Amino acid sequence: MKPTRVVEPWAAPPLERFVAESAARLVLLMSPSGQVFAQHGFTRAVDVMSAAALGAGIVASTGEMARMVEEPSFAALNHQGAHHGIFLGSFTLPRGPMLALVVYGPDSSVGLVQLFFEELVRDLVQSAPAPAPARPALAADFENDLNESLATLFRT
Amino acid sequence: MSSAAYRRVIEAITRVRGVRGAMLVAAADGLIVADALMEGVRGNAVAALAASLVKRVGNASEASGVGRPHFVQLRGTEGMLLTLPTGEELLLVAVADPDVNVGLVRLEMLRAAEGLA
Repeated sequence: MKPTRVVEPWAAPPLERFVAESAARLVLLMSPSGQVFAQHGFTRAVDVMSAAALGAGIVASTGEMARMVEEPSFAALNHQGAHHGIFLGSFTLPRGPMLALVVYGPDSSVGLVQLFFEELVRDLVQSAPAPAPARPALAADFENDLNESLATLFRT
Repeated sequence: MSSAAYRRVIEAITRVRGVRGAMLVAAADGLIVADALMEGVRGNAVAALAASLVKRVGNASEASGVGRPHFVQLRGTEGMLLTLPTGEELLLVAVADPDVNVGLVRLEMLRAAEGLA
């Protein structure tokens, strides 16, 4: 069984349900800047960081394209390969916009992933706590937060 | 074939009494190609689950030596899901009441599949 790891416990049940129902192999839930708050299936921190950065980059690029063609935004992107598909979806939590990156194999489909992604978003919105008051961003806090998040995601 | 032409083919299935809707679904993706559904039928969910069902049943039936399924019928407490693979890429899917005349629906689905060929 591949691990599901979360920085914030409220995200675990919705993510586990989504993985079980959609048969997704890898999942990252993150902010548009690539800060991961939950993951499933990754075993190495470096893979999470790379996938999060690439996923956030793709969404930022297509968001800019959407702006150029005067679309509000693209809600979801799907890349279909011979053996794997990659689904990138945007959603909004009380604390702000978020992204999901889902990698699925031949035992799933984009239809299943899309279907259960809608349920995942509903579950996350219901489970998410109210946003904490903003605090000033300090370089030292950022590094500590990043290290704590990675330690939680990989139990290092 | 255009989307409107696909829709005309599947509409014949919906004329059978007890059929709540019919769809043409991309087998690999579980996405709707064309549909004719009554209000209340969750087309996206049915399409995704029907494609998944046929894929899994197909794997199981092949592994057991009986080959790929020609027709998959799922009877639930609230209704019935009927699925007919048409070639490699498409599935004909019908959603019906539990007491529908399955033989008649299957006949219409086979006719529709011929119309798609």
